Amino acid sequence: MKQILYLAWRYLAYHRFKTLILITAITLIFYVPVGLRVLVNQSAEQLTARAVGTPLVIGAKGSPLELVLNTLYFGSDVPATMHYTQFERVAESELASAIPVYTRFNVQGHPIVGTTLEYQSFRGLEIAAGRQMAVLGECVVGSRVAAALGVGPGDSVISSPESVFDIAGVYPLKMNVAGVLDFADGPDDDAIFVDIKTAWIIAGIGHGHQDLAQPGAVAGVLSRDDNEIVANASVMQYNEITEENRGSFHFHGELSDYPVTAVIAVPQDQRSSALLQGRYQNTDDVAQIVVPEGVMNELLATVLTVQRFVVAGAVLLGLATLASASLVFALSLRLRRREIDTLFRIGGSRAAVAMVMASEIVVVLAVGALLAATLTLATREFGAVLIRLLIRM
Amino acid sequence: MIAIRELEFRYATGGFRLEIPQLDVAAGESVAFIGPSGSGKTTLLNLMAGIVSPSRGSIDLGGVNIAALSDRHRRELRITKIGLVFQEFELLEYLSVLDNIVLPYRINAALVFDAAVWQRARQLAAEVGIADELKRYPRHLSQGERQRVAVCRAVLPQPSLLLADEPTGNLDPANKGKVLDILFDYARRTQTTLVTVTHDHDLLERFDRVVDFKEFQAFDEPDTGDVQ
Repeated sequence: MKQILYLAWRYLAYHRFKTLILITAITLIFYVPVGLRVLVNQSAEQLTARAVGTPLVIGAKGSPLELVLNTLYFGSDVPATMHYTQFERVAESELASAIPVYTRFNVQGHPIVGTTLEYQSFRGLEIAAGRQMAVLGECVVGSRVAAALGVGPGDSVISSPESVFDIAGVYPLKMNVAGVLDFADGPDDDAIFVDIKTAWIIAGIGHGHQDLAQPGAVAGVLSRDDNEIVANASVMQYNEITEENRGSFHFHGELSDYPVTAVIAVPQDQRSSALLQGRYQNTDDVAQIVVPEGVMNELLATVLTVQRFVVAGAVLLGLATLASASLVFALSLRLRRREIDTLFRIGGSRAAVAMVMASEIVVVLAVGALLAATLTLATREFGAVLIRLLIRM
Repeated sequence: MIAIRELEFRYATGGFRLEIPQLDVAAGESVAFIGPSGSGKTTLLNLMAGIVSPSRGSIDLGGVNIAALSDRHRRELRITKIGLVFQEFELLEYLSVLDNIVLPYRINAALVFDAAVWQRARQLAAEVGIADELKRYPRHLSQGERQRVAVCRAVLPQPSLLLADEPTGNLDPANKGKVLDILFDYARRTQTTLVTVTHDHDLLERFDRVVDFKEFQAFDEPDTGDVQ
């Protein structure tokens, strides 16, 4: 058998381009339907698990799916914001505990999630190194962020500008990394968590600058009344919050008007959940309340329908490819007629001659199946990461 | 070595018939088969190799009647006792020169493939002047070199009978001489019986005996090597 396999190997290696095309075709025939099924099943599992773990989400009126995806996976498309008063509304209802979420900025593509410490308790996130964020300007980073950016406790990260052309826009803020979160195998591993006030500072709602009452800032002062000092743009704004300048940071406007992208509501029980949902049924309400599990189930129903069509298409394509591959094998056998004749004439055994010819097909099928199995395993292993990337795109 | 008695061969489709009442070839003898196309020379080589079976009569090869053997035993006999050289060389394009030489050992378990085979293959290649070509593929060789590879493949299992079907038919005069020298040297050195079909009458003086197929009865169809 070793000798036969050697001959098959030499034949396949000599006709390497033909072999490569055949193996690719066979791999795809096996992999596409199976891999797709694995990916869809994993998506369903992932999306459902995260959604089930998030009872209610409140956000500005608009696409419920966008709101859920952004709140659960911190997608790159920032949904419409609503006022912080919506957070207070839930908190004051005493029907559920409320967690604000503000996701607008990022550090080199990793989303900055402005929230409170309750978020981490709610998701069961643990600190793996360093400590929890404690003061303005500090952050804790997810395990994959730490690995990707090569940062740890004591290092710092800088928020990325929203647009390179936005010269008058938000200032990048340098944030100190207080800690690194334990691996959670979810989108939290890719996020940078800051206190929501720090996120508002990045948004320019709060800021710190030179003390205008000090003599050194006199050149920047345009006018000075009893309670109001007007300064020009030469006054230095801080882009890092330190021990020394932390006191100078302050916010302008009403807290209740500050933006949040969502509020996660964790009701005490079913009844509270139903009551809370009832409070958002008014069509004039600026906010909507959604049950992530329901939204995801709707999405999955659509995905499964699409999957059925795609799998049916893949199977048809696979059959066509298989027919083509069979034709190639048949033509190959015809082309090898003279070789078969030579092997017979010099005394090759009937079994050996048959196996030399069959081994080409068997080896191509075996390698194709092996590659398809490897790809399926890889999909199973890395599918979750791929799904998260797709959701964030 | 070879004793043919009352041999008759005809194709199932009819049209061609070969009749040989008696033909003997002694061990170590070199015999040339000559005759016009269609006289049955290649057919007789195929009958002697057990590639086709006679309709009647016997072909005794070293005490074994090939005609009475099963397909499996004829193949085993062919690979162990008979070396075949063809006009078109019939090398496998996807195998290197060395792999082509050792091919018989890979396609029938009747031959034992061991280290000695490799050594003998290299030695044979050196003897016929292709030692530097062992890793090359047939398409990179000249016609003469290809036929030398085919001869090495035929003699590697140390057969007692060499059957060559117009082995020099596709060669230029220089290579013709070289290939024949190799065949005759080997046959003489190892006392191997050599039976060759040829149309080249200039070569006949090198053979111990010449058999003209005019003396046998053959009808109609041309002699072709494609029969099985």
